[in-house]
Amino acid sequence: MTTNVKIDVHHLTRVEGHGNIVVDVVKGELKQCNLQIVETPRFFEAMLRGRPYLESSHITSRICGICAVGHATASLRATENALGVVPSEQTVLLRKLNFFGEILDSHILHAYMLVAPDFLGVGSVIPLARSAPEVVLRALRIKKLSGDLCAAICGRHTHPIAMTVGGFTHFPTKSTLEQLRERFEAAQADVDATVELFQKLEMPNFERDTEYIALHKKDEYCFIDGEIKSTDGGIWPISRYREVTNEYCVPHSSAKHTRNQRETYMVGALARFNVSYDQLSPKAKQAANALSIKPKTANPYKNTVAQVVEIVHAVEESIKLLDQLIARGVKWEDPVPPARLTGEGVGAAEVPRGVLFHNYVITEGRVTGANCIIPTGQNLANIEADMRALVPSILDRPQEDITLALEMLVRAYDPCISCSTHLLDVKFV
Amino acid sequence: MTAQETPAKPRVAFFDFTSCEGCQLTVVDSLQTHPELLDMVDIVEFREASSDRSDDYQVAFVEGSCTRPSDEERLKKIRATADLVVALGACAHLGGINTIRNHTSIEDVRQYVYKDKGEWYETYQPRPISAVIKVDAFIPGCPIDRNEFIHAVAHLLQGRLPTIPDYPLCIECKLEENVCMYLRGKACLGPITRAGCGAICPSFGDGCEGCRGIISNPNLEAMETVLLEHGLSMADVHAKMSMFLTYQTLSLEPKE
Repeated sequence: MTTNVKIDVHHLTRVEGHGNIVVDVVKGELKQCNLQIVETPRFFEAMLRGRPYLESSHITSRICGICAVGHATASLRATENALGVVPSEQTVLLRKLNFFGEILDSHILHAYMLVAPDFLGVGSVIPLARSAPEVVLRALRIKKLSGDLCAAICGRHTHPIAMTVGGFTHFPTKSTLEQLRERFEAAQADVDATVELFQKLEMPNFERDTEYIALHKKDEYCFIDGEIKSTDGGIWPISRYREVTNEYCVPHSSAKHTRNQRETYMVGALARFNVSYDQLSPKAKQAANALSIKPKTANPYKNTVAQVVEIVHAVEESIKLLDQLIARGVKWEDPVPPARLTGEGVGAAEVPRGVLFHNYVITEGRVTGANCIIPTGQNLANIEADMRALVPSILDRPQEDITLALEMLVRAYDPCISCSTHLLDVKFV
Repeated sequence: MTAQETPAKPRVAFFDFTSCEGCQLTVVDSLQTHPELLDMVDIVEFREASSDRSDDYQVAFVEGSCTRPSDEERLKKIRATADLVVALGACAHLGGINTIRNHTSIEDVRQYVYKDKGEWYETYQPRPISAVIKVDAFIPGCPIDRNEFIHAVAHLLQGRLPTIPDYPLCIECKLEENVCMYLRGKACLGPITRAGCGAICPSFGDGCEGCRGIISNPNLEAMETVLLEHGLSMADVHAKMSMFLTYQTLSLEPKE
């Protein structure tokens, strides 16, 4: 049995942003076990101070290239809640559809390009493109479809242009929506093949029960607005997000950690799946069954499997939304103007990696206070708790295997590190 | 090398500094339409997408701004290794969105976000990579334009530097047959911003934010006249000017 293990993975690959895994075991005893976040602090909240309220969503979408639409959506909802703006039914439908584009794009990127190489024994998607081109081309096809969907609605996925406070500044034509509808229908075969692929990949066997937190609505699998719900019990309105997140600083991470009812909690696809399984679409439930995942699942590696279930959900629901929009017709609407120019508001969205909060104070049209709480920041303490539980159980393996198991664990959370490193408690003016 | 040998493919590396990594994501997305790019080069380092790493490369694409002293060392190492350094996107090219905070002091910014723990985190005033190392070429934009990236790679493969437009966005905006943003009552930096993106923001109903940088001979006076003629305020334009262009505009201001 290995009794001394030193692991230092500097700049973990195939994740967004810069993180190091550091493990130190001396004579079988775990001395240190950290996921160090060494991304540069980004200071977005400080950057928002003094900016016109209309710019907030354009600035904060730049927090992350992968979840740009998610940041823009949460940002707009925060501003709208602060300024008393109620978006139209059409805006709500278009935002939901746009959001599915991002969920699909991000989940495909993660499942196929960042996670699958570990299971197929290659270093990246690049050799995979040579050894299994059909797999990579399928991923690129779904990614292109989701990117084209966002481009039709908001100009481009990274970074959205036409999303604005109170609505949109551009609208897709009926024929664009009809073409997308056809392509989504045709994509069902690729989605089925995705489920089949992940049925074959066996996730490492590791379980550690934790608190799972996600936005929740009774009548739909919630991605935008809703209430905060925990698998440990408890429902909070999003305006009380601070009671759930309880951020605190740790020296080895430029991203803040969080805790709620236990020492750590998890957000993301697996948390949404555990909290809102009942609200999944019929095909997504079938896929969950085929993938042998049911609530509550406590294996963090299965976060990727939950993402595959959400891919199925997103495609099925996108088709429904497209049908609805085509039937009612998309009209050119001016954005709803603000009812006031001073106020405070919170916006929340389930971005691909979990629940995201934006909170702004606006004074006479300028942002005077800002706080953003990012999914990856909420997951960091939980990842470390998983690492502490996992390492002692696999100490008998060669060091490379332990390292790979830890890398795969961190990757399963799909961390978005540049997102999470800008944020801390902020004193509101 | 003899004439019979196939020339070795250029060895290409991607590096990221302070950024959202959206430009590298756009590079990945360019494979959706141009998968043949993978056959033209050897990608030897691309941390966001690959576990393979190497210190032997000819072309380095660098995304992100330099935002702390320790970044400089890493940048200099890249410069010493690569024959060609290409700034990828607004953060590397202009300092980009990260430089918004250059209007206030480091202490203030640190304290605002991390309170009394501010000292834990290393930072300084964000800057473009050209403030630290020589840059051979740049691909502008926030994010980069996919087609322009492919176009630039094609040039580099032929041993030429990419051609990037140095005329204002208005020219492309006219070709797109957009109604002028000023006529729609919105501030727009099109008259002074480098074209090349196909005027994508005005085409989707928003004024240009200047993410591609200012052209080399901007007519700022004429721009002010246009603003006043349309009843818009200089404050609106100044807000836009400080979104991506803070580093450039601060360097234009007279020093005390």
